[in-house]
Amino acid sequence: MGMTMAEKIIAAAAGVVSTKAGDIETVTLDRLMSNDGTTHLTIDMYNNKLKHPRIADTKKLVWIVDHNVPADSPKTAASQKKMRDFAREHGIDFYEGQGVCHQIMMENYVRPGELIFGADSHTCAYGALGAFGTGVGCTDYLYAMVTGTSWLLVPETIRFNLRGKLPKGVYARDLILTIIGKISANGANYKAMEFAGEGLHSLSIADRISICNLCVEAGAKTALMEVDEVAMDYLKEHGREPKACYQSDEDAVFAETYDIDLSTIVPIVAKPHFVDNVVPATESYGVKIDEAFLGSCNNGRIEDLRVGAAVIKGKKVAPKVRFLVVPASRAVYNQALKEGLLDIFMEAGAIVMNPNCSVCWGACQGVIGEGETLISTGTRNFKGRAGHKESFIYLASAATVTASAIAGQITTADRV
Amino acid sequence: MSNTFTAKIWVLGDDIDTDIILPTEYLALKSVEDMKPYAFSPLRPELAGLIQPGDMIVAGKNFGCGSSREQAPEVVKALGISCIVAKSYARIFFRNAINNGLLLIENQELRDVVTEGELAKVTPGEKIEYMGKTYEIANLPDNLMEILNAGGLVKAMRKRNGLD
Repeated sequence: MGMTMAEKIIAAAAGVVSTKAGDIETVTLDRLMSNDGTTHLTIDMYNNKLKHPRIADTKKLVWIVDHNVPADSPKTAASQKKMRDFAREHGIDFYEGQGVCHQIMMENYVRPGELIFGADSHTCAYGALGAFGTGVGCTDYLYAMVTGTSWLLVPETIRFNLRGKLPKGVYARDLILTIIGKISANGANYKAMEFAGEGLHSLSIADRISICNLCVEAGAKTALMEVDEVAMDYLKEHGREPKACYQSDEDAVFAETYDIDLSTIVPIVAKPHFVDNVVPATESYGVKIDEAFLGSCNNGRIEDLRVGAAVIKGKKVAPKVRFLVVPASRAVYNQALKEGLLDIFMEAGAIVMNPNCSVCWGACQGVIGEGETLISTGTRNFKGRAGHKESFIYLASAATVTASAIAGQITTADRV
Repeated sequence: MSNTFTAKIWVLGDDIDTDIILPTEYLALKSVEDMKPYAFSPLRPELAGLIQPGDMIVAGKNFGCGSSREQAPEVVKALGISCIVAKSYARIFFRNAINNGLLLIENQELRDVVTEGELAKVTPGEKIEYMGKTYEIANLPDNLMEILNAGGLVKAMRKRNGLD
């Protein structure tokens, strides 16, 4: 019987010839990413709960301060200091203020065929380069950090065959929100979501990260995409080689298969308070907004900023609306500077911020108050996620978010 | 975990996400004890204050969806919740709960028949008895039971290494 991409990566990491969905394998991890959301808890356990602890392979660890950067209180400053000091003492790769963890990982580390744990749910983004990334908590992270291994239930795979091209004005964000709407917020629970087909080749790496990143919002354990020329070009540009490039076998067994014609996708909005609460953007036209957010590990790349800048060039942010623009990394920020995109946003009245997770997770600057409404390229629209528990979040593409910032109400880019 | 216990039921719905279980703004608090009053606050601000040690939560599908924050199962455990019975769990929450020694039970029927405040009798790995009716429940795989019985993954590691 053939194997899926997920099964092949896990088999290689477990040192076995083959494995199948439902088996439990002990795997050796290729990389372990953690951020300031929980690393201080990992350090506390490492220092206080284990006897003579040691790190299995320091070179595999990457620690990134991105959730509360720069620190917004003495409490967060203290937990970041703990992380910084520990990283320095143990020689762990450490980033601070240089961007959102997943973007830094894509730019600098992720290789096709790797099995990566991240102490962050959106680690599934790494599938854009054919790597098995999965989110874990800080205890699982600690175990992997000191043993170099962990256990995994081999997931079933839902396969999405993509064909055609996205229409003009429609983006990867619209595609993945459509898919989550279709299969629901737990439609891929415990499963891998695999994307293949000729339609995949038309999508940029930025598009692919957007798609894979959001798969956890359907409950997925990981997302995976075949490595093609576009992915190989990205790796070459960033000075990396694949570990291994896998494809699912012809006779691999999939739990479900969906065929999706990209040309049929339309602009989508996810309404409060669930990511699978999706409607065509047209059905949310006219909803008044107080804030708009363009950024995050999902849509803060240079491609997204170009889309937003093209929409807002020569126009103004609506009165009494805050428009937050947050490049996903320092590399993205610098590129946006070079291309004059930040000038365009600033002239329009946007607030351009340093690379961080920002209001996507509701603890950096930009949180919203009681009764307020945010339209966001962030990852989640859960109740209270971006600030006050009585507030409202709509999720949409960079184009729709920027257009809504101009109009002061939800609209699409073709109407501003 | 063959000890039978009786617990008072708190009822929650589908898709109880980690931002509901513990909102972002309280993650920076110093200890999980400090976080306890804010558990479930976006949904039911009074709930954390009403939960007594030993109580159980009965919920719908996809419990714990969202972020990988381990403070979510930690705070539930700290409130003294003896177990959660849900139709299904989001996978990261599932791992995190087991790793913190919090018993999770999957059951499709109970949520639709229970009334908040009533009592249920739980025999882990076997059954739940409620209002004279018995609902069968499955055991977890052995490797997870080892972690759960030890009281969490760190404790299981210590046990394996002969420290406890």
